[in-house]
Amino acid sequence: MTTATVRPGDPALQPAETGSLSTTELAAVRADFPLLERTVRGGQPLVYLDSAATAQKPQVVLDTEVDFYEQRNAAVHRGAHQLAEEATEAFEQARAAVAAFVGADEGEIVWQPGATAAINVVAYAFSNATLGRGGEAAARFRLAPGDEIVVTEAEHHANLVPWQELCARTGAVLRWIPVGDDGRLDLSNLDEVVTERTKVLAFGHVSNVTGAIAPVATLVAAAKRVGALTVLDACQSVPNLPVDLHALGVDFAAFSGHKMLGPTGVGALYGRRELLEAMPPTVTGGSMVEVVTMETTTYAPPPQRFEAGTQMVAQAVGMGCAAQYLGELGMAGVARHETELAAEMLKIADIPGVRVIGPLDTADRLAVVSFVVDGVHAHDVGQVLDDKGIAVRVGHHCAQPLHRRFGVAATARASASVYTTVEEVVAFREALAGVRAFFGVE
Amino acid sequence: MSTLEQMYQQVILDHAKHPVGRGLVDVASVAGHLAGESHQVNPTCGDEVTLRVDVTPEGSVAGVSWEGQGCSISQASVSVMTSLVEGADLAEVARLDGLFHDLMSSRGKGLGDDDAEDALGDATAFTGVSQYPARIKCALLGWAALKDSLARSGALATS
Ligand SMILES: Cc1ncc(COP(=O)(O)O)c(C=O)c1O
Repeated sequence: MTTATVRPGDPALQPAETGSLSTTELAAVRADFPLLERTVRGGQPLVYLDSAATAQKPQVVLDTEVDFYEQRNAAVHRGAHQLAEEATEAFEQARAAVAAFVGADEGEIVWQPGATAAINVVAYAFSNATLGRGGEAAARFRLAPGDEIVVTEAEHHANLVPWQELCARTGAVLRWIPVGDDGRLDLSNLDEVVTERTKVLAFGHVSNVTGAIAPVATLVAAAKRVGALTVLDACQSVPNLPVDLHALGVDFAAFSGHKMLGPTGVGALYGRRELLEAMPPTVTGGSMVEVVTMETTTYAPPPQRFEAGTQMVAQAVGMGCAAQYLGELGMAGVARHETELAAEMLKIADIPGVRVIGPLDTADRLAVVSFVVDGVHAHDVGQVLDDKGIAVRVGHHCAQPLHRRFGVAATARASASVYTTVEEVVAFREALAGVRAFFGVE
Repeated sequence: MSTLEQMYQQVILDHAKHPVGRGLVDVASVAGHLAGESHQVNPTCGDEVTLRVDVTPEGSVAGVSWEGQGCSISQASVSVMTSLVEGADLAEVARLDGLFHDLMSSRGKGLGDDDAEDALGDATAFTGVSQYPARIKCALLGWAALKDSLARSGALATS
């Protein structure tokens, strides 16, 4: 079972000369992130372990966005003046940078406000096609009662609720691949879940709760066998792993700028070109049309067909810059850095009363570690860590079904990014070790 | 005392460990009494409480019972509230609810009013919580459930 991405923990991928980020490299990376210098809670250094929620931004991304507003701001794809040309060029270069970063062609990247919006575009395209929109070309997006959409029990609500809603609108049936006790997808009944009735298989590349990397190749093969389209939620993988969407062979993918060191308000939908060509639009209005009469409208080819209205140009340019920044760092090194951090984080499992929700080994997982502390609620755990300047996330992380699967309402979660250090993880472990004593729990 | 210790006062930790009124009590059958139940959830963290109130024909709280799960702040707050409102008439409950909301908006300063703080009793221990915007809703969960269950009981309409 292999995926086409480089997977952390795979010894074949760790030749001596291309190790993880060196101490000097890491120090240089950290110097790029102004926010990491600030202190919190009475002058303590910030230990930011919440990058899976949103990552901090390097100065170059901030500068690029400001530079766009200072020097190039204009409406894109319209107007004949020089500024409009330059703005359009920056916007499209950013698209090319993001495309190159994830192994896609330029025409296959659609700007969206974020991954949530991107997944909804695909879900609504299916319902519009089911209503007859898009004509014969969109036939493969039509659903009938009895058709099935398959997700997994590990999904973020962003890759679950849109599919529930699509089923409610079309009469299709939602099914899911369960999660095993180790936090990984349980594929033992895959052939019973993904069947001839399956029209969509939507799954997360990396869980934002367990950190587990999904076996993409196996899932894509299962979908292909039955002619189902695949939708990959790549929110957590694109910032932390080398991702080549063409090599992975998925039909659609979604990811957010803000998790990959870019701005908020922008993300991308990837779709294989022939599918984007065939797909009816969802959000309609200006900028996505060819000919408009009072009666009817013809639509622009993708990606513009899915980019109605004035776009988030400055943020898109910032996201392009973030992709370039990560690309220059080298995602193979970033992934190895993550593996080291994951190993350090997983040592919390040795602290009495701490239970990790998810894989305990570093193979096929990222440095996203959710856990519970016996006798202390996740909120209270987070508060004690925060008192030491350590930022973790608490709650259900927008994955209630996965938490229910493990019989917990909430977990605390530590997650890393390119700028996270082993020392920070050690500080986190030490603070965590004192939590039960603070609450007088034995 | 650190701000963390101000938040997790001993009273709060004690109530979280040994909550008052936990375990739902059946009240529907008491003659002349009004009963109401409310389920409140904090969607951001999954904390929840189901609370039942029993109101006497004269309009005072005969009993509060509840079941819940969540952080120590939310659980201790329901517990403290339960001991505070038992026996109180509905006007007093409304006053306490207003005072507790004021306390939660005080950004750690308290009410600066001895009478009001006396009335809140142990609930003033939550002053420290009001310094943490993200936790205020934890402390208010039980109070929301009480207000809603009183409304559902019909007791507010008749009082
Ligand atoms: C796995 C996963 N999918 C989807 C999302 C949604 O991304 P966004 O909120 O940026 O649309 C997130 C982030 O919260 C995530 O972690």
